[in-house]
Amino acid sequence: MQKPRFRILGQSWRFWAMVLLVFLVAQWIVMPRMSDFRKTAWIMFPCIMAILCLGLNLIFGFNGQFSLGQWGFYAIGAYASAIITYRFGARVSLPVEGITLQLPDLIQKIIPVAEMELFHFDAGKAGLLLLATLAGGLLAALISAGFGYVVLLRLGSDYFGIATLGFTIIVQNLLNNSDKVIPETKGARGMIGIPPLTSFFWVFIFLILAIVVLRNLLHSSTGRAIVSVREDEVAAQAMGIDVLKYKVLSFVLGSFFAGIAGALYAHLYAFLSPQYFGSEKSFDPLIIIVLGGLGNMSGTVIATFVWAITLEGMRIWLPMGFEAYRFVIYPIALVLLMLFRPQGIMGRVELGFLRATKWPRRAGTAVPAAPDVGTETAA
Amino acid sequence: MSECIPSGPIVLEVKKLCKNFGGRVTGEGIEGGLWAVRDFDITVREGELAGLIGPNGAGKTTAFNMISALISVTSGEIIFNGKNLVGMPPHAITQLGIGRTFQNIRIFPRLTVLDNVCIALHPHAGYGLGSAIWQGADFEAKESTLIETAQELLSIFKLEDKQDEIASNLPYGEQRRVEMARALAARPKLLLLDEPAAGMNPAEVRTLMESIHFVRDRFKLSILLIEHQMRVVMGICEQITVMDFGQVIARGNADRVSNDPRVIEAYLGKQGGKPGRRE
Repeated sequence: MQKPRFRILGQSWRFWAMVLLVFLVAQWIVMPRMSDFRKTAWIMFPCIMAILCLGLNLIFGFNGQFSLGQWGFYAIGAYASAIITYRFGARVSLPVEGITLQLPDLIQKIIPVAEMELFHFDAGKAGLLLLATLAGGLLAALISAGFGYVVLLRLGSDYFGIATLGFTIIVQNLLNNSDKVIPETKGARGMIGIPPLTSFFWVFIFLILAIVVLRNLLHSSTGRAIVSVREDEVAAQAMGIDVLKYKVLSFVLGSFFAGIAGALYAHLYAFLSPQYFGSEKSFDPLIIIVLGGLGNMSGTVIATFVWAITLEGMRIWLPMGFEAYRFVIYPIALVLLMLFRPQGIMGRVELGFLRATKWPRRAGTAVPAAPDVGTETAA
Repeated sequence: MSECIPSGPIVLEVKKLCKNFGGRVTGEGIEGGLWAVRDFDITVREGELAGLIGPNGAGKTTAFNMISALISVTSGEIIFNGKNLVGMPPHAITQLGIGRTFQNIRIFPRLTVLDNVCIALHPHAGYGLGSAIWQGADFEAKESTLIETAQELLSIFKLEDKQDEIASNLPYGEQRRVEMARALAARPKLLLLDEPAAGMNPAEVRTLMESIHFVRDRFKLSILLIEHQMRVVMGICEQITVMDFGQVIARGNADRVSNDPRVIEAYLGKQGGKPGRRE
């Protein structure tokens, strides 16, 4: 029965074929029909935001630690990676000449481009982006490990939320004045000249990896330990779970996701401003995970797209001159949602491979059962 | 139950355990505050079923919480298999082999019954973060062993059909059994049961006591059990310690304890005094 099976990250070849199919459809059929604004705001940016929110969901939704620091780690990842690519971006280049296919008319009805460029990219720049993204993620993880260990040791969930809000504010202020130390960041004026390296390929890859890694983590013994901390800290301790270790672990992993998301964001718009990383925006990821359902991975991803598409879409859909009203409609929609569906869009329902594994029940008991414990049920 | 003094090696030895709430620390010691537990001693030998009884508020649960380190110890020693546990974090104590249940059930409410038991098996899972994320063949083998162990425990408590139910949806008696299965999943050598019979009628208590005996023999455990109803422990515990106002007032087998004038006083009040001193 045990055949050697093809598995990457615990997923079968069917899963990865599906991922490839989704990518190709989005890349060649959907995206060429969209304007640049919509491509960025409706597809690439939500992918980045989803990575960020999955990280926060690990911290708040699954581990139960109320955190507003995600935005600060997002900023750290963004700036750290931007500084790397700013310094080396012009020097590293290794173009790969791919193939260019002339598409026949028939196929052009599906794929609306005349020439399809395959494997046509700059390997040097791609490697640099990958390196910078990992560096951004690792720096965020490192800082969160130090901060988390000190703060989580002492503070319970709500106080931890306040401390992490403080962290986000500190990060923003440091960025405002960062040009004294690192001139490239240009402090409060905003950092320009970052090479725009983020493409749909990268955000998609990182989003899929984030989802699969988070899913695998949560469907393991470590994941159950993380969730047990949320459910009942005292009982978890009494069951031999090192509560502090798993709080720090999920905080660090969540921040790593934030750092990666930040790095991808920095190279998306090629512009970073400390204003964007202010504390008022730090509630966005929190709103999204509550919208999608706390402790729900599919909900987070769906909610990010719903959130980004409606919020940015209202710029287009609302009549001229009324665009600012989206910030009236959006809070009202949130209040209504919380009133009628407080558990979020998805509630407890996970989709597809994110569902919990159903373990078959044992057939026939080989062990003797305790005497009559079955009748012990309270009347 | 006949007189039988257990003579196995000592598993747990508690010496002069004290807990003070709200006192001020001065040069000579602690001033003021409330002594919830004062100079508490108990010895549990291997395979023994020891009882800790006393009226409400006597300090039994406080003593338990100190043994499992959920609250800090003011002074005293807790020696488990030759190791002093004072100052160790609670999860380390559980991993050394002290499992426990709670007076008011503390299962993980929103998780399935199977997950509840699997969580206690986590320290024995045998794989780390890396293989959990990669989910290779090694992970699959170890994970399915872990699930099988959990299912075996559930079937001992006749919960095998409930494994996918959300724990908080179960009736009270089944939740107690989930908690017991979970405590055993942590592979304890000593099991602390905090009022396992709370909220049960006499018939249910009898079957509970039978299953406690069964568990002790099946898993070769020592059990220390809290109860505030005297007659519950009288039948089953080899050694009974009685507490009142944080102090040990009597110790011995069931007959000796139940005839002790101080125990009778603690439960029923002084002869000629006002009735219903406590309850």
